[in-house]
Amino acid sequence: MENYITLTIDNREVTVPEGTSILQAAHKAKVNIPTLCYHEDLCVAGNCRICVVEVEGSRTLTASCSTPASNGMVIHTSSPVVRNARKDIIALLVSEHNTQCTTCYRSLNCELQSLAAEYNVDNTRYLSVLKPNIQVDRSSWSIEKDDSKCVRCQRCVRTCSELQHVNAITVAHKGKDMKISTFMDLPLNEVVCVNCGQCVIHCPTGALTERRYYDDIWEAIGDPNKHVVINTAPSVRVALGETLDYPPGQRVTGKMVAAMKKLGFDSVLDTDFTADLTIMEEGSELLLRLKKAFRDKENVALPMISSCSPGWVKYIEHMYPEHLDNLSTCKSPQQMFGTLAKTYYAHKIGVKPEDIVSVSVMPCAAKKYEANRPEMKASGFQDIDAGLTTRELGRMIRQAGIDFGKLEDEKFDSMMGDSSGAAVLFGATGGVMEAALRTVYEIVTGRPVPFKNLNIMAARGLEKIKETSILLKGCKPEWDFLEGVELRVAVAHGLKNARTIMEQIKRNESPYHFIEIMACPGGCIGGGGQPIPTNDAIRKKRIAAIYAEDEGKEIRKSHENPEIVQIYKDFLPEGPLGKKSHKLLHTHYTKRNRY
Amino acid sequence: MKLSLKKVDLILGSYSNEEYKILFEMLSRNSDEILKDLIESGLKGRGGAGFPTGLKWKLCAEAVSDDKYIICNADEGEPGTFKDREILDRVPKRVLAGMALAAKVTGAAKGYIYLRAEYSFLVNKLQKELEEFHKILKSNNIKFNVEIFMGCGAYICGEETALLQSMEGKRGEPRNKPPFPTTTGYLGKPTVVNNVETLVSAFMVCRIGPEEFKKLGIQGSSGSKLFSVSGDTPKPGIYDLEFGLSLAEFVDEFGDGDTKAVQVGGASGFCVPRKKFNETTIGYRGGLTGDSLPTGGSMMLFNSSRSMYNILRNYLDFFAEESCGQCTPCRIGCQQLKNGIEAVKKGEKDPEYLNQLLKLSDTMKITSKCGLGQSVANSFSSIVTNFTEEMIY
Ligand SMILES: Cc1cc2nc3c(=O)[nH]c(=O)nc-3n(C[C@H](O)[C@H](O)[C@H](O)COP(=O)(O)O)c2cc1C
Ligand code: SF4
Ligand code: SF4
Ligand code: SF4
Ligand code: SF4
Ligand code: FES
Repeated sequence: MENYITLTIDNREVTVPEGTSILQAAHKAKVNIPTLCYHEDLCVAGNCRICVVEVEGSRTLTASCSTPASNGMVIHTSSPVVRNARKDIIALLVSEHNTQCTTCYRSLNCELQSLAAEYNVDNTRYLSVLKPNIQVDRSSWSIEKDDSKCVRCQRCVRTCSELQHVNAITVAHKGKDMKISTFMDLPLNEVVCVNCGQCVIHCPTGALTERRYYDDIWEAIGDPNKHVVINTAPSVRVALGETLDYPPGQRVTGKMVAAMKKLGFDSVLDTDFTADLTIMEEGSELLLRLKKAFRDKENVALPMISSCSPGWVKYIEHMYPEHLDNLSTCKSPQQMFGTLAKTYYAHKIGVKPEDIVSVSVMPCAAKKYEANRPEMKASGFQDIDAGLTTRELGRMIRQAGIDFGKLEDEKFDSMMGDSSGAAVLFGATGGVMEAALRTVYEIVTGRPVPFKNLNIMAARGLEKIKETSILLKGCKPEWDFLEGVELRVAVAHGLKNARTIMEQIKRNESPYHFIEIMACPGGCIGGGGQPIPTNDAIRKKRIAAIYAEDEGKEIRKSHENPEIVQIYKDFLPEGPLGKKSHKLLHTHYTKRNRY
Repeated sequence: MKLSLKKVDLILGSYSNEEYKILFEMLSRNSDEILKDLIESGLKGRGGAGFPTGLKWKLCAEAVSDDKYIICNADEGEPGTFKDREILDRVPKRVLAGMALAAKVTGAAKGYIYLRAEYSFLVNKLQKELEEFHKILKSNNIKFNVEIFMGCGAYICGEETALLQSMEGKRGEPRNKPPFPTTTGYLGKPTVVNNVETLVSAFMVCRIGPEEFKKLGIQGSSGSKLFSVSGDTPKPGIYDLEFGLSLAEFVDEFGDGDTKAVQVGGASGFCVPRKKFNETTIGYRGGLTGDSLPTGGSMMLFNSSRSMYNILRNYLDFFAEESCGQCTPCRIGCQQLKNGIEAVKKGEKDPEYLNQLLKLSDTMKITSKCGLGQSVANSFSSIVTNFTEEMIY
């Protein structure tokens, strides 16, 4: 049984379970205490000291995030001594800071900036102790690191180690020289960083940002000789609104399409189309592996693991290179899209592939890196020219002065713009699994998956690792070797949970046939390119929007998407896993070091 | 209240080969009795913070866990202290005896000596001592094993939770408290961290009894303490002095006739100017009239040839380097104080700026995460307010 304690916060009594921090107790009492190093996704650090409060009888102020409330405490959260102390601390942070709000990407979405505004702090109180000659690290395709805007809250460090188990960034040096650094202070592109961008969405300031490409895109749009196509990932439509003053969980698909047309893209297409295509290829690959294992008794790498999350792909390349055979060889939907844009699509509309600029909008920072992987040139050109984040698209819409709220809904352009509800699911953890099962089960049995409304609830939600199984019964004759097989699957999101799955595989104890892994907590809706803040409450709202989008679709299975049927007929006549598919839609992986 | 300066010889004196024999006599007593003696004696930690030792052991004893640890803090990094080195060199058996007592009382089976990296020359000697110690423990059927852990060279690692972090192979950064080490210490297990001298004192309390011990010192600060005397003095060195001595007497004894200030407690302690020698006594705070100053044992005398500005700037330099850097008030505050006094000295800032800096040091005192940042204000405000002219001209 839980013990309860009662305390007084700003003259209000509040009762909370023992072990509750003062900060949480204050939230319960509807008292807001400012924070900076605190992030609900992460363990408590207690280092910024912004959240200090006065506890009667205590010699010093008390950090409310890191101190458990105790019975009978009398707390003042906004007394003059508290406010003065906070103001002083903010002034100190400003004195160490390269304050450039006029040009800063995080301006108006920056926790330091809003604290300084709230406490009316200017930069005249103290001398500047900003280190001279801080170089911005732009070595990575995905992440920019500008130490001159770092408040040393260590949220990034905790993210990279607690959520992602990567530990690419750590704290180096002490005292005045303390900073966030990498192994041996190497540039980000030379260390184990998997470009997931989770550190970016957990950073309170402009110290960590995605590398931005929108200037290049404006240029391409303005170039009459270029045909610029854009495609947007499933999870962008449920989050973009947040960058444009909508509440979390609001779907803005139609307005988003309209805005992109207004921005001047020549064609507005949908990554969901290639998500459906991924299901066709990946589902077939799974079945092929199962056939080899069950019918031909061949030694084949199982479980098969999904490969659409480039942060995850780089993680396994670094951490478990001996298990690369378990990865599906399918490219991610973004890369399938890029290849097809410069082959299938280019041919159909009669534009030379070298004149096509293909842009994708992703919830992700790692997609930028993925687009630049040297092997991603199956079309003969760089398949994806630029990957934008949800945030960058929001920024472009603002830059163009578009009144987003007033836009009329529009539809994606055709040929690679249609999609099923299954494709939309890709945006949430468990979605690839659900989409794949909807198709695989039907291929094998000729019947739809035996779940109400096709909804596979066991794959949904924010639980760390989800597992389920589905019995294959009444198989078609060509799949009779799977009769009675219990297809076991698991879903993990966040690389920490991926590690648990991988350790199981390493010990040869994995009971699964197919595993979906996404690098980011919550899947793509919680991706490193999504609006800031992202936390569990917001993740849940975005996820709910994904499922609503799926349910609102007429077609809910990838193999029933008419444009999918058409592309296999017109362009990939050998069907999934055919020679052409292999050349264009599948890839290979690279073993990497662990540091 | 005038107290006379009494030299005693409790910690280092009458050391013999009988130490372990005496220890075993004590170990045959029951734990509650030992604890009672300790609490009765009023012994407080000698590492600087002055936490009651008996209570610390009691809290750890009450914590429920299969594994508990006793850690001897021999990181001795406070500028101007060198008494722990002396203790480990001259009376190591007593340190180990203190650890064994703590182990008995708390139920710990494992101990560590966290030894300052610069003291590696002591390792051989300590290893030999440990061999003997373990042999004797074994023959008496006592399960307690002590290892030496070499420190990492950072001053902050002397802070008990940073010390634990560094022992766990992590970055030496102080942890949030609570939880305290007595419940959540090394590897998350209940742990007693005691200063070298505290452990010896605890052993001596049990040896001479709390009554005898309390005859030394004054109310609230019982016993005697080793002081590391340095600076402008004809007789620098280690002295075992009774608590409650007045600074005036101290300066009479150790000064060179021209003492203008004494820094009590090292860089994180207080600077006392000549005019306050009479009203200042040395002991833990509370229960005394006038100023009473706690100290880890460092007493540094300055004569009139010294520039208090330079002294303060050196301290601030030290803190700006040795802060772990994790928390805002300490990391940036130390730099601001240092740059600030430099700017005032150079005339780039008005003398009034010193008031802003004094306020800042107050903020650091009440908002910093650990004792380092909290105590920078001690030397800063005592030097700046008592020697304001020296800061400006
Ligand atoms: C910055 C800092 C440095 C410290 N360094 C030491 C040290 O070198 N040796 C020590 O015994 N205690 C040091 N302490 C105090 C320890 O945190 C802790 O209070 C002490 O080891 C407890 O032992 P005691 O109760 O026996 O005094 C330091 C504290 C701080 C804040
Ligand atoms: S990080 Fe924040 S405070 Fe700093 S320049 Fe950018 S917006 Fe301004
Ligand atoms: S992008 Fe991901 S892997 Fe790279 S430093 Fe940030 S959190 Fe770590
Ligand atoms: S980079 Fe961002 S998250 Fe990391 S310590 Fe600096 S401000 Fe905090
Ligand atoms: S007060 Fe200083 S030494 Fe202590 S935790 Fe804060 S930065 Fe580190
Ligand atoms: S939010 Fe509590 S110390 Fe940073």
